Amino acid sequence: MRNRITGLVAGLGLTLACSTSVFAQELTIFWAEWDPANYLQELVNEYEAETGVKVTVETTPWSDFQTKTFTELNARGSAYDMVVGDSQWIGAASEAGHYVDLTEFFNKHDLNNVMAPATVKYYAEYPASSGKYWSIPAEGDAVGWSYRKDWFEDPKEMEAFKAKYGYDLAPPATWAQMRDIAEFFHRPDQNRYGIAIYTDNSYDGLVMGVENAIFSYGGELGDYATYKVDGIINSEQNVKALEMYRELYGFTPPGWAKTFFVENNQAITENLAAMSMNYFAFFPALTNEASNPNAKVTGFFANPAGPDGHQFAALGGQGISVISYSENQEESMKFLEWFIKDETQKRWAELGGYTASAKVLESEEFQNATPYNKAFYETMFKVKDFWATPEYAELLIQMNQRIYPYVTAGQGTAKEALDALAADWNATFKKYNRVK
Amino acid sequence: MTTLDPRSRAARRGLSDLSIRNLFIIPTIVFLIVFNIFPLLYSLGYSFTDFRASSNAPANFVGLDNYRTLLNDPFIWSNFAITAKYVIVSVAGQVIVGFGVALLLNRDIPFKGLITTLLLLPMMLSMAVVGLFWKLLYDPSFGIINYALGLGRFEWLSDPDMALYAVALTDIWMWSPFVMLLSLAGLSAVPKHLYEAAAIDRAGPLYTFFRITLPLVAPILMIAIIFRTMEAFKTFDLAYILTSQPTTEVISIRLYKMAFQEWQTGLSCALAYIVLIMVIAITNIYVKYLNKVKER
Repeated sequence: MRNRITGLVAGLGLTLACSTSVFAQELTIFWAEWDPANYLQELVNEYEAETGVKVTVETTPWSDFQTKTFTELNARGSAYDMVVGDSQWIGAASEAGHYVDLTEFFNKHDLNNVMAPATVKYYAEYPASSGKYWSIPAEGDAVGWSYRKDWFEDPKEMEAFKAKYGYDLAPPATWAQMRDIAEFFHRPDQNRYGIAIYTDNSYDGLVMGVENAIFSYGGELGDYATYKVDGIINSEQNVKALEMYRELYGFTPPGWAKTFFVENNQAITENLAAMSMNYFAFFPALTNEASNPNAKVTGFFANPAGPDGHQFAALGGQGISVISYSENQEESMKFLEWFIKDETQKRWAELGGYTASAKVLESEEFQNATPYNKAFYETMFKVKDFWATPEYAELLIQMNQRIYPYVTAGQGTAKEALDALAADWNATFKKYNRVK
Repeated sequence: MTTLDPRSRAARRGLSDLSIRNLFIIPTIVFLIVFNIFPLLYSLGYSFTDFRASSNAPANFVGLDNYRTLLNDPFIWSNFAITAKYVIVSVAGQVIVGFGVALLLNRDIPFKGLITTLLLLPMMLSMAVVGLFWKLLYDPSFGIINYALGLGRFEWLSDPDMALYAVALTDIWMWSPFVMLLSLAGLSAVPKHLYEAAAIDRAGPLYTFFRITLPLVAPILMIAIIFRTMEAFKTFDLAYILTSQPTTEVISIRLYKMAFQEWQTGLSCALAYIVLIMVIAITNIYVKYLNKVKER
């Protein structure tokens, strides 16, 4: 009898031990619901084939992504092992201890030199220039533009444009030219409009849209080292940039006051606008004839320069971080080691993901792979981002509250909106003892 | 075969009244304490702290600072003003439409039952579905409302001055049937002989309405108004789905952003208590008025 019980206990122990090891062979990555997440799932299927470790990319709609991630993190939940989190989350997530410190991993693999500089600066390092890293750059992204080549290259349109504005109709090199082109193609009676820009104020859509103008007009959001904002966010350049954004809003299709990436692609696919702002990550749908009947006549260009020749773009994209509460941290680190390999990054780019690997980005093969990869490569070296401090969400909401009424309804002036924003941000930084 | 002790057999046969009461009431009380009272008190505690759920820092007692901050915040007052405007427009609209339809249905008309049932359909739909459905209806390019009314490309949801009325209109469409249903119940309870007496006295329709119908239906109409006011005050989903205009940011949306986007847990708890106190105050005013109406 005793032998039988001993055998039973031993068998049970063995079963449990085996089941534990089976559990360790599974990893879950959390990301937003979009095409790059599908590409990542394809990529990690290859990791499973290679190592036997099953990796699932779990997704949620963009509108829920921030809330769902932080709800899980605040609850110290272990449902996800890794998250491909937004760049502006890094301060909040690292200071609260939600992310594993990846500094040692980063330095061991010399990722500072392996990944494109902007991606390291904005997706991985916090605080700025501290040498502390919390993510591995995963999906590089920035804002670019698509346009209707057939409209631009129509000889009659070209002639009429030249007669009206005195220069040739072509993808705009400056924001002033972009305004002229938007005005030229704005024909409500023909159900044809000049431009599609971001206006959604529920998260970072409008703010990212306006950032493209601000950065290219030579402006900044503030001094990220000292938290000084007065005289910076409400600078003369920023006022002019915001005025330009408001002017462009006048050339958008009707009902364009709550639009983001979906609507901005629709502006091209449904023959609504001549030019459309969007993140590069959404451009694959525009080159696919199944999702864009105008795929053959859709062209792309990088964010134009401001009046003084500055040319920057708002950063999108995300880094991948290991969650502190994950029970599979060791396995996650092994996955990251595989993910940063040159051949994996090359494959990631082939599948449609925007690699942050400098070597892959610089290759001819990558730059010629799609009609927009070259513009993406050029843009990734001139990107800037929003605040990544833990209170970024308050700053984002305040910016939306101040600039949205001006941009979409013309309430007040750009100067008044930005002065009020400077006061809001100052008060917030005072509240968190970042300035006196 | 074993025989049971007669005393335990009796105990098994029937429970005492006290035991039955405890059996039913104790689980309910435990449930209420765990899921209602405890979170309520816990959040009350948090409303006096600077706690943020997203940080690892402990909650520090800040006294009434959160309440002071909120009551001095012009944005919060603007959110309350938007909410009040929304409540007035929406509830007034529902009462007028709902009571009006009930008056029409309180006659002998063919297919009365079928018409009543069809009119009740909007309030059976989910708020999210109604929001998405009306968003399409309002679309300036292909929405059927502009087409039907010949409004061209009128922007219902993008126009900051119009958006709140568009949300209220949707709410009126959805909840007028609720007012109609209660009004119908009230109307059917009005004694017929009162109308007969009024007819003998040659009273006009307006006199009959204001002296007989309205006073007798008023108590039940007041109940409908109380329910709808409380619901309209808490509106979140319709306004959130339909539009993101600052002019439609009712207090519930501000509360949601504060709690789950900014993670200002302590501050949002304080705001939730301010909202709770306001809802209780408004309801009390209504109930007092309702009692006066009943006494008449």
